[in-house]
Amino acid sequence: MIAEFGLAALWLAAALAGLQLVMGVSALRNGDGPLAILVRPVAVMQGVLTVVSFAALVALFIRTDLSVKLVVANSHSAKPFIYKLAGTWGNHEGSMLLWVTVMAGMGALIALLERRLPERTMLATLATQAFVGLGFYAFLLLSSNPFERLPEPAVDGMGLNPLLQDIGLAFHPPTLYLGYVGLSLAFSFAVGALLTGQVGPTFAKVMRPWVLGAWIFLTIGIAAGSYWAYYELGWGGWWFWDPVENASLMPWLAATALLHSASVLAARDALRAWTVMLGVVAFSMSMVGTFLVRSGILTSVHAFAVDPERGSFILALLAIYIGGALVLFALRASSIAEGERFSVTSREGALVFNNVMLSALLGIVLLGTLYPLVTEAFGVKVSVGPPYFNPVGAIFALPMLVVMAIGPLLRWRRDRLQRVRSPLIAVGLLLVLVLVGLLVWRPFGLLPLLGLGLSIALMVASLLPLRGRRLRHLPLAVWGMVVAHFGIGLALFGMAADSSLTVEKLAAAQTGDVVAVGPWTVKLEAVEPVAGPNWTALEARLKAQYRDGAVVTVTPQARSFWTPPQQTSESALLTRWNGQLYAVLGNETEDGRWQLRLWWKPFVTFIWYGGLLVALGGLLALLGRVATDLRRRSAVRQIAQRKNEIAKVRGA
Amino acid sequence: MSTRIKAKHQRLVLVVIALVALVGAGLLAAWALRSQASYFFVPSEMREAPPSVGQAVRLGGMVEQGSIKTLPDGVTISFVVGDGKARMPVQYAGILPDLFVEGSGVVAEGRLNANGVFVADNLLAKHDENYVPRELEHMTAAQADAAVAETR
Repeated sequence: MIAEFGLAALWLAAALAGLQLVMGVSALRNGDGPLAILVRPVAVMQGVLTVVSFAALVALFIRTDLSVKLVVANSHSAKPFIYKLAGTWGNHEGSMLLWVTVMAGMGALIALLERRLPERTMLATLATQAFVGLGFYAFLLLSSNPFERLPEPAVDGMGLNPLLQDIGLAFHPPTLYLGYVGLSLAFSFAVGALLTGQVGPTFAKVMRPWVLGAWIFLTIGIAAGSYWAYYELGWGGWWFWDPVENASLMPWLAATALLHSASVLAARDALRAWTVMLGVVAFSMSMVGTFLVRSGILTSVHAFAVDPERGSFILALLAIYIGGALVLFALRASSIAEGERFSVTSREGALVFNNVMLSALLGIVLLGTLYPLVTEAFGVKVSVGPPYFNPVGAIFALPMLVVMAIGPLLRWRRDRLQRVRSPLIAVGLLLVLVLVGLLVWRPFGLLPLLGLGLSIALMVASLLPLRGRRLRHLPLAVWGMVVAHFGIGLALFGMAADSSLTVEKLAAAQTGDVVAVGPWTVKLEAVEPVAGPNWTALEARLKAQYRDGAVVTVTPQARSFWTPPQQTSESALLTRWNGQLYAVLGNETEDGRWQLRLWWKPFVTFIWYGGLLVALGGLLALLGRVATDLRRRSAVRQIAQRKNEIAKVRGA
Repeated sequence: MSTRIKAKHQRLVLVVIALVALVGAGLLAAWALRSQASYFFVPSEMREAPPSVGQAVRLGGMVEQGSIKTLPDGVTISFVVGDGKARMPVQYAGILPDLFVEGSGVVAEGRLNANGVFVADNLLAKHDENYVPRELEHMTAAQADAAVAETR
């Protein structure tokens, strides 16, 4: 019954999306008709129904209902509870249902909460959100029904890919999706504003907190995904330029640019067309990512569906939505009046520079990701990897980081570099000192060297906006900027440190042997079999000691799962404030020794701490905006109340 | 930038900078991508037109049956990657990835050394039973043909 109930809720939600679109469009054409007041409630109902439908699927997975095809294919009765739960979205159909749920849920939230936008623009926005949603409902209901029953219930399920049986990964997809699909609001707001021609500071102020929310989740999702790849794949790398990683990086780059250009639009009423364009591009990148991952056009751990039909469906949706939005943009761009002017040397100028560099980076990643697909169409197999992405990306990332250090110190509209000369010189000097110091200390590659120097300069510079301000009265949004920029510097420092300071030791050790790696000594005590809920493993007991510090036990494992039968290696990580010891257990050699791979990775954790700081910065900015908004509303209420009282007194 | 320049001109400067940066990014990317054509090799290509010694490239193919050997140091593995037409010796020092087995596809990241041996820093094997490195999709068929030819 649960499955039928879930399916019925989904169909109903799809029907409501259709209704929302029709009502929204008709209200737009005929002015505020009687239909207009119904658009918001319909959007809310649509959101509620998708949540109900998703909850039904979760229930089926938790109960391991073996009459449902999807559960049988992706779950197993013996699996730990948390992975039964995570199994809900760890597959194509379930994740598409999650997509639709987030999309409709976001639409419901703006319908409930957003009151500042002119009503006509709001209607256009909700109609757009419904229109985009409809495509995904159709995709789900017509080609990927998650509630399909089997003719005969199965005896047991087939299990979940062991690589996905990891607590970090269990909640990774929902986080990423809140970001990915949350950007659909940016798209809908942009298209809504284009339709009514009302692109101004209000539009930017309304859109910004929603984009910020999505961006926070996207940031956390990317950081978590990177950490997962780092410890689960056992290679010690944290970014592989895998197309699937790029698929989440591209919307992040676009959304980052959008956040910055939206703040120019909100504060200074400039960059109108550009901001609208970025709103369209950001969600388009989410859809391109989904297409790449779900079409079967590339294979990866994340690509569930190797099904050309599904690929063409998403491609068609891509063409309709992106193509439609771009045509609309071309038709309407000229009607968006030109905004305020500003000088090149100004806060706006710096933000424009940042936007251009982010866009260039986006283009570079997009080209690199799509290039192999294009050449393959002409019969040439090519793979694009770090030798392309690292240097080409760095050429645009490095100047962007320099301007990022200076930009926040500049005034709006017009400024002179002389005014920020002393901090500039200080940052520059520090950079030179770091570079010289490092060069003397030990020879580095050029990129890590620049990275280390720039990251330190950036961290210092990002704190400069706090100089001479009363910290307790500083708006949260400024704190957010400072924390986020500092986080970028910290992450960059971790990346540069990891790529230049890592020490690796590979050994074939007998029990009792001691291996030295960097400042660590590691003793192999024993290798013993252990068992988990649905796996068995060989576990190495290692006694690790940092210089003369305390001895700590770490236990890397080589696991064997039996549903499905598969081996994984579970690396062991020992975290210190200044880095991580990373241990992997390999095979037994013929003469009874055990292969051990050990890394000492100084400051590698700063990469993810930095990422979390960036997300925290976003959260602070979001809280600041929400608080300001609440204050404004309560002030408006108080004024109205006071007016009432005065009117009463006068009347009496 | 002098403040005497008119606002209109300053706007123009921004647009020009933006255009130069974006066109630059495109050209740079296009230039860099052209050299990526020589980033992925299968053994027969590497035999015909080898990359220069020390250049970082990827080698993809099938791990030949019976070719995996552990060298005396206990951590270096040598094996042969083939594509049905040519064979390439590979050395890799490290923990073998899960699911790295003889007769399955592999992509090795690394460089050719002066002795004509491919020294891998990284092996990309199948992630699971459904995942073959993208470059190797056609290889499974070629390998199947080779297996049929051998048993005849």
